[in-house]
Amino acid sequence: MVVFDKPKSLADISMHYCPGCTHGIVHRLVAEVIDELGIEGRTIGIAPVGCSVMAYNYFNCDMIEAAHGRAPAVATGVKRANPDEHIVFTYQGDGDLASIGMAETVHSAARNENITIIFINNAIYGMTGGQMAPTSLPGQVTQTSPYGRDVNACGFPVRVCEMLATLDGPEYLERVTVNSVKAIKNAKKAIKKAFQNQIDKKGFSLVEVLSTCPTNWGMTPKDALKWVDEKMIPYYPLGVYKDRSAKEDK
Amino acid sequence: MAKLTINVDNCKGCGLCVDVCPKKVLELSPNKINKKGHKPVEAVREADCIGCAFCATMCPDCIIKVER
Repeated sequence: MVVFDKPKSLADISMHYCPGCTHGIVHRLVAEVIDELGIEGRTIGIAPVGCSVMAYNYFNCDMIEAAHGRAPAVATGVKRANPDEHIVFTYQGDGDLASIGMAETVHSAARNENITIIFINNAIYGMTGGQMAPTSLPGQVTQTSPYGRDVNACGFPVRVCEMLATLDGPEYLERVTVNSVKAIKNAKKAIKKAFQNQIDKKGFSLVEVLSTCPTNWGMTPKDALKWVDEKMIPYYPLGVYKDRSAKEDK
Repeated sequence: MAKLTINVDNCKGCGLCVDVCPKKVLELSPNKINKKGHKPVEAVREADCIGCAFCATMCPDCIIKVER
């Protein structure tokens, strides 16, 4: 009996991510959810700019590459073109979603656009070599903040889930991580719910995944997982920030 | 007994599977080098494997197939 195998929706090629990067885990979870919901043929993914810019090579569903930060805008167009058939998801990093694409993110949430967003938060710009991101923690050492992020000069990190939860629009917002087997199972549940919400036409669903960047954090993959527990989760608490239909059920 | 099939050439030697295995079945190869130039993971004590698939769940590159 096969206990675990590569999901069908994940392409059978080697990914370009650095050793120990948790992008691969989240890719697999998305592919598993697409398989389990049986929506591969009608799913369209929107790839971002950033480390996951090549995500279109890794999923077996149709993919579109959006300009930096504009994935929710592209997703809006694709979804509205055929709202009953298309299942549209975007896969974005923090530099893409929380920096240059902040406007698109906030407005698609405010419009309660019926799309699913997978948001990878690793507190750094990975692809460009480890510069400070809007989500970098106070005091975090990066290429552009060698003495640690100074909040007086650079401001404070953006907590995307909390910020979007203040809007009336979004249907479902949850923050998860993938730094342990248990956390990965929770993350999968959240991602599945985000896709199911779209199938049920409930509206905007965003899952923020606290991810690692061992290369640019300057750590081993194992230490990077620990760093998520010790540093990131205290600043970005895990949990459901908005679940409108669960609230209405009560 | 559980069976592990490892796609050695796609392994990047990050070692996350090694740390997560409750039975210490896996180890990074001390002397082999794969196509990518990494030291790939090996099931050195496969007889101890209980087929929990923790390694495969944790693997970012999805190279482990687990059968029981």
